[in-house]
Amino acid sequence: MELLVAKGIHKRFGGLQALTALDINVVENTIHSVIGPNGAGKTTFFNCITGFYTPEEGQVTFDGEEIQGMSPDRVASRGISRTYQNIRLFSNVTVLENVLVGMHRHLNTGWFGAVFKPPRVRREEKEAEQEALEILKFVDLDKKADFVAKNLPYGEQRRLEIARALAGRPRVVLLDEPTAGMNPKETEDTTTLIRRLRDERKLTILLIEHDMKVVMNVSNQITVLDFGRKIAEGDALAIRSNPEVIEAYLGRGAATGSGYGLREAVEGN
Amino acid sequence: MQKERPYSLLDAATLGLYGGIAAIMIALVGMVDAFERKDIIADVVTMSQVLLSAMAFTPAFFAASRAQRTRGKGISLVAGAVAGSIAALLVALLALAIVPLNLRAVFVNATPVLVNELMPGDLEGIIGAVVLVAAGLVVGVIAALLTWLPGVLRRATIISLVSVTLIALLADVIAVVIPREVDRYIYRSNGLSVEGAITVFVVILVIACLWQVLQPKLNRAVANLPESRRQVLRFVTTIVLLALLFAAPALLGSYLSEVADLVGFYIVMALGLNVVVGFAGLLDLGYVAFFAIGAYTMAVLTTPELPLVRSFIPQLSFWAALPLAVLAALLAGVLLGVPVLKTRGDYLAIITLGFGEIIRLLVLSDALKPVMGGAQGVTGIARPEGFGLRADTPQEFYYLILISILIAWFITARLKKSRLGRAWMAIREDEDVAAAMSINLVGYKLAAFATGATLAGLSGAFFGSKLGSMVPASFNVLVSINVLAVLIVGGMGSLPGVVVGAIALIGLPELLREFNEFRWWVYGAVLVAMMLFRPEGLWPDAVRERELLEDHEPNVIDEDPTGLAKDATVPT
Repeated sequence: MELLVAKGIHKRFGGLQALTALDINVVENTIHSVIGPNGAGKTTFFNCITGFYTPEEGQVTFDGEEIQGMSPDRVASRGISRTYQNIRLFSNVTVLENVLVGMHRHLNTGWFGAVFKPPRVRREEKEAEQEALEILKFVDLDKKADFVAKNLPYGEQRRLEIARALAGRPRVVLLDEPTAGMNPKETEDTTTLIRRLRDERKLTILLIEHDMKVVMNVSNQITVLDFGRKIAEGDALAIRSNPEVIEAYLGRGAATGSGYGLREAVEGN
Repeated sequence: MQKERPYSLLDAATLGLYGGIAAIMIALVGMVDAFERKDIIADVVTMSQVLLSAMAFTPAFFAASRAQRTRGKGISLVAGAVAGSIAALLVALLALAIVPLNLRAVFVNATPVLVNELMPGDLEGIIGAVVLVAAGLVVGVIAALLTWLPGVLRRATIISLVSVTLIALLADVIAVVIPREVDRYIYRSNGLSVEGAITVFVVILVIACLWQVLQPKLNRAVANLPESRRQVLRFVTTIVLLALLFAAPALLGSYLSEVADLVGFYIVMALGLNVVVGFAGLLDLGYVAFFAIGAYTMAVLTTPELPLVRSFIPQLSFWAALPLAVLAALLAGVLLGVPVLKTRGDYLAIITLGFGEIIRLLVLSDALKPVMGGAQGVTGIARPEGFGLRADTPQEFYYLILISILIAWFITARLKKSRLGRAWMAIREDEDVAAAMSINLVGYKLAAFATGATLAGLSGAFFGSKLGSMVPASFNVLVSINVLAVLIVGGMGSLPGVVVGAIALIGLPELLREFNEFRWWVYGAVLVAMMLFRPEGLWPDAVRERELLEDHEPNVIDEDPTGLAKDATVPT
């Protein structure tokens, strides 16, 4: 079943056409990757889905409901969570508190509840804490619940961001370059984690990723963007042999001196 | 990891220069002249001598302690001497320059009298200047010697020195509280007696030492107690503290209770603003508006004057008007908040600043005079009464204010540790991410704004009732700035910080009457010093402290996870 559908998305910034007539269908309980060279419009696409940008044209439908133009908090409350390319944790509070903020959506305490703390609120807080610890256990951070977030090593900060996204009990999680800056070991762990999100937690994953090994490994479906347009779509096998994709990457990759590892992915695997 | 640069004597000289410039400022604004008549120790040490010595002592102390860290004890002595004598040299140069250069033409305080006061004893001219520099050198060396002491003793000495000065300055206030025999022993008619000063110094020194040694042990002992016992302990401390607070007016007397009331108004206001600025990170510069709305609602509803208002609203009692005053402030908070809270940071500050001025000008205006009393204000505001009791004196009001502080404390403490508090923290740290956590930004900002406004309204209502009459001049922008300064000095987001800040910034200046003329001067200097040396405040909140000190402790990011880069630096 198609859970998240983007249809004919146009997004302009002044004279720059960031996204052009973009169609993407994300099927429930799959990992759907969005790849493309720098500036292809991947993060812009994420921002259009999560409500930070409003596309000039087109529709975003989540579970049958149109969500384009909704404010970010309303989109999030439909069950769409995300992480960020540059880690954006609440870095001065503890790991546990980060996850607790993420649970905001399914807690009900209001002003009077917070002040008078009736048994209902006490129970809610207790349950929230238990659930937060359970989520932290899932990403293997439960032993660091009392650490201040910014004191975690880099890889753990990335995992914490995923944990915080999970705390909202989402149906779709948007991961923006979850392995950026990681060493090979951390990248491998993260790849496993992404797979577990789909298989154990039955989530739908929309993934932006530059590491082609990760993309080719985990994706059910891959969409390739270049200059804001979709140039290819299909499974790993189809994308790997698509001449347009290779040109988009290697053509420009040769000029900038980096091929984003696609060559290795294409030839090595 | 980075090694501290070895301390050079040039650095010490620079510090001394700062001290000297500060001393010159103090002299030229007239503080030296004013405090020459105020004795700290009767007929021995005057306040101006203490102030001027402090300007040599402080730079010398810092210079010496830094020199000692990097260069050893011997150099520290030289660094202290250099800093102290340079500070004194600047003062000496000023004293020499005043008459020949006719500085009086520019600085009214630069009189021959000032020259006499700056020069030691009855000395004049070059000899006086040389002796002055020598005195600065001695002060510098003493400061350096102090840095040799072990940490506990060093801190205790400084605490004792400051305490002796404060106890001397607060003589009138302290005399009310302490037994008559003690008063006769430590005080003369002008300042402390010599034996009193020594006793006070020694007693505080011993207490400060013991406290520093015992406190960590005590903390550890408490931490080792089982949770149930700790709860009992916490309960008992709370009860004792409350008992002390409730017993206070009887000990304090009328004048001190008056000051406590004023501090109390600011504590309630600052607890409210703390929710807005400290929790949610919204800079509100027009906070006085809600204070004014609370006060004026109380005034207009309870005064027998204002016939126009009385013709359609009956005169209410204090207790009937109180909820209405709080409600009015709450409504104003919501009404202002709705259009304004979509803006961010600086824009919000400017808009709220404007709103504060609008409210002040409205109550001042002639057009609204029949309703608000105009420039003459409103008199005959009701006092709280009920059950045959009536709050008239400052002591009686103290209890009402104390209760409102406790309510405000309870509410804000609970909010801080709740789902709302977490949402505010999220908004403060990263608005976009907060929104992505499905936090409704405008809604939660509004909640913070309204909570703050309500507490300001509560404070204002009591303020109006206590004064009995009020004028628009009480509600100028300085009140907003003062409340904000209380938060900054106490520590943003911290509830105990609010109390400490209010006592330090509102209570202390009120008690140190001698400083009144220079109040804003000192106030500004204290704020600058705070921002430079302790930006997190006197009693900081843990999270906000981490935010403020962010730049100093880098994020733990392993930039070279493989460790290869270290091996790569092979000499070629």
